[in-house]
Amino acid sequence: MAPALKTARPEANGSVPAPAKSNVPPFTKEEDFSAYSEMLMIRRFEEKAGQMYGMGLIGGFCHLYIGQEAVVVGMQMAQKQGDKVITGYRDHGHMLACGMEAKGVMAELTGRRGGYSHGKGGSMHMFSKEKHFYGGHGIVGGQVPLGAGLAFANQYRGDGTVAVSYFGDGAANQGQVYESFNMAQLWKLPIVFVIENNRYAMGTSVTRSSAQPDFSRRGLSFNIPGEQVDGMDVRAVRAAGAKALEWCRGGNGPMILEMQTYRYRGHSMSDPAKYRSRDEVQKMRDEQDPIEQVRNRLLNEHKAKEDDLKAIDAKVRSVVTEAAEFAQHDPEPDPSELWTDILL
Amino acid sequence: MATNVLMPALSPTMEQGKLAKWMKKVGDPVKSGDILAEIETDKATMEVEAVDEGTLSAILVEEGTDNVAVNTPIGVIVAEGEDASAAAPPPNGSVSAKAPEPAKPGAADVAEKPQPAGVPIESAGPPTKAATHGLTGGAPAEAAPEVPEGTAFVSVTVREALRDAMAEEMRRDGDIFVMGEEVAEYQGAYKVTQGLLQEFGARRVIDTPITEYGFAGIGVGAAMAGLKPIVEFMTFNFAMQAIDHIINSAAKTLYMSGGQMGCPIVFRGPNGAAARVGAQHSQDYTAWYSSVPGLIVVAPYTAADAKGLLKSAIRSPNPVVFLENEILYGQQFDVPQLDDFTVPIGKAKVARPGKDVTIVSWSIGMTYALKAADELAKEGIEAEVIDLRTIRPMDTETILASVKKTGRCVTVEEGWAQSGVGAEIAVRVMEGAFDYLDAPVARVSGKDVPMPYAANLEKLALPNVGEVVAAAKAVLYR
Repeated sequence: MAPALKTARPEANGSVPAPAKSNVPPFTKEEDFSAYSEMLMIRRFEEKAGQMYGMGLIGGFCHLYIGQEAVVVGMQMAQKQGDKVITGYRDHGHMLACGMEAKGVMAELTGRRGGYSHGKGGSMHMFSKEKHFYGGHGIVGGQVPLGAGLAFANQYRGDGTVAVSYFGDGAANQGQVYESFNMAQLWKLPIVFVIENNRYAMGTSVTRSSAQPDFSRRGLSFNIPGEQVDGMDVRAVRAAGAKALEWCRGGNGPMILEMQTYRYRGHSMSDPAKYRSRDEVQKMRDEQDPIEQVRNRLLNEHKAKEDDLKAIDAKVRSVVTEAAEFAQHDPEPDPSELWTDILL
Repeated sequence: MATNVLMPALSPTMEQGKLAKWMKKVGDPVKSGDILAEIETDKATMEVEAVDEGTLSAILVEEGTDNVAVNTPIGVIVAEGEDASAAAPPPNGSVSAKAPEPAKPGAADVAEKPQPAGVPIESAGPPTKAATHGLTGGAPAEAAPEVPEGTAFVSVTVREALRDAMAEEMRRDGDIFVMGEEVAEYQGAYKVTQGLLQEFGARRVIDTPITEYGFAGIGVGAAMAGLKPIVEFMTFNFAMQAIDHIINSAAKTLYMSGGQMGCPIVFRGPNGAAARVGAQHSQDYTAWYSSVPGLIVVAPYTAADAKGLLKSAIRSPNPVVFLENEILYGQQFDVPQLDDFTVPIGKAKVARPGKDVTIVSWSIGMTYALKAADELAKEGIEAEVIDLRTIRPMDTETILASVKKTGRCVTVEEGWAQSGVGAEIAVRVMEGAFDYLDAPVARVSGKDVPMPYAANLEKLALPNVGEVVAAAKAVLYR
């Protein structure tokens, strides 16, 4: 039977509640190692992308995922083979978590022929059907009905897979999100709506943009159950994700997970971040960093050796360095590519 | 005082209908709001309610009568105490109104051959000539006809032809489904999807809530996952809410994914003006969609083309915007009786051959173009009428071949002139046949105003046969 609808506590003052430190199921040492490695890969990749953007090697918009790594890594740990993933423009982390190669992602950022879209998509538009990653969408909120469409296909085929659609606190105010909520629940589509609440829609804080800042309640009028999750704790994310995916796989319709997370960097690389203080960012990094949490657990609880962690660091760095090298030296697309892939 | 009950109109375009059933007998008491009878048209069924109180004293049109003209008295109600003999006399003349004449199919219709199944012709590619904008034409018109000699034809409406196309394709491929507002239980707002729910069930014929943006996105997502949705918009006016997904998600994703993520979807529904529905329900979006690379835009006129092109559109691996026209839905044309009749995408048709002036149109514009050609013929002017059928990719070569022969060109569309399809055709003719032109290209279009409601103003806002005739004469300096 359905788990009871969890109603997050009402927030009279409209402020974002601090993530609850509830009892989360522990990770084994292997799981913590795996989460550490995956999250670190995203962090180092994004740091390198930021650096390359600063060097003029990456053009246009570049939205970094630094700080939010636990969300996509935890969800991915809960998913099963064949579950489809779709997200918005802050998508590098999702692609890496889906198993797409760092080289191909980075080469797309630099607009080279070895990029996932042959240089024709860029940071916000990459796809891999093989890895069940359906983009990479640049229009805020567009991935929500598209994700519901992926879930529709899952249900139509009866293949038992679930779609996971990620979107931010900003996108959560788009009208098409609620159109999708309605149809997803009406048709019991197997989709987890993951709202990555990183507290700022570009430069506008949740409290300045959202009449209901508890995003887990955004599906209430459609009877879609929702839950607030500590999105900085990969264990909490995986546990909530597993529950939601099971709910969807069981034919109960969609579920909303509000991941309370934080991005350390600006909205995009061109964001001066005047809307928040350095102290706020620093406090988050010091106290809640998703990677540090795992690192501390590995060292203190699992008694991992410093050298083991260093080996992971080195391996991650070498993959990222290799990706960056490739992305700088891979040729640009052939001019004839201008005219391809318009129609099949 | 006896009151006549008149045959009501269900819509501004309805001219006649069937009196399906009387719900009251002669002598029955009637009060306001009682259902007197059921009437049917080819797109809807409606109950006739009494507005007066009294007794049904006479039935003037028996149930089961077809083609009852709007405003024909169908029964008489007398007030209490009145004698039934006070009833109004039956209307003079027949109850079966004159059926509107089926539109004349294009001359070339009878000489077409079927395309091999599953290979709609589409093209997109680098420019081949000096032009650098990359706009390319569709396939050159083939000399061979689309229908083999000796093929039998059957007269069907555009509405039925569209439904038959969907049903045939859905029988062939289980990945095809239809979604939209009122497509299932209501049988289609304009009855285009009539019978599909009964044949294919609720899994494949899906009523959506009134949320165009959302369900267009769901359709595109399902297409990205490999299904083949047919998304019906009740009208393309409402698709303006969904245009983000049509363009940003459906049209661009193949390119943005470096060829990985195709989107085999058809967006279909009536486009342009119906009759007397005002500015927000009357816009022609042909030019909007036709400007977008990554989309195919189809706008058929005849039932045969509607059927053959919709089947090709459904089979296309690309997103197709399929623009229908409400006024054409009820018009009858000959459709070849073939097991699998398809019409290639990207190929225009010479609907009427001629040597003096080329008239290019599509969809409902063809009604003005063909009638104008008849008028011109009376004055000894032989107009060649080209039915574009596909707007993108545009079959420029068929237009140019004709203009090179006639030296003169008139375009006809219901949409606005500025940045319109006619403007595009004019430029292509200038680019490709400048030296053959004996006069500047003339455009006949909808007037540069929002569509008015008043009948006389609406008529003025739309193109008419006289304007096409005048334009043709102008380019002929006659």
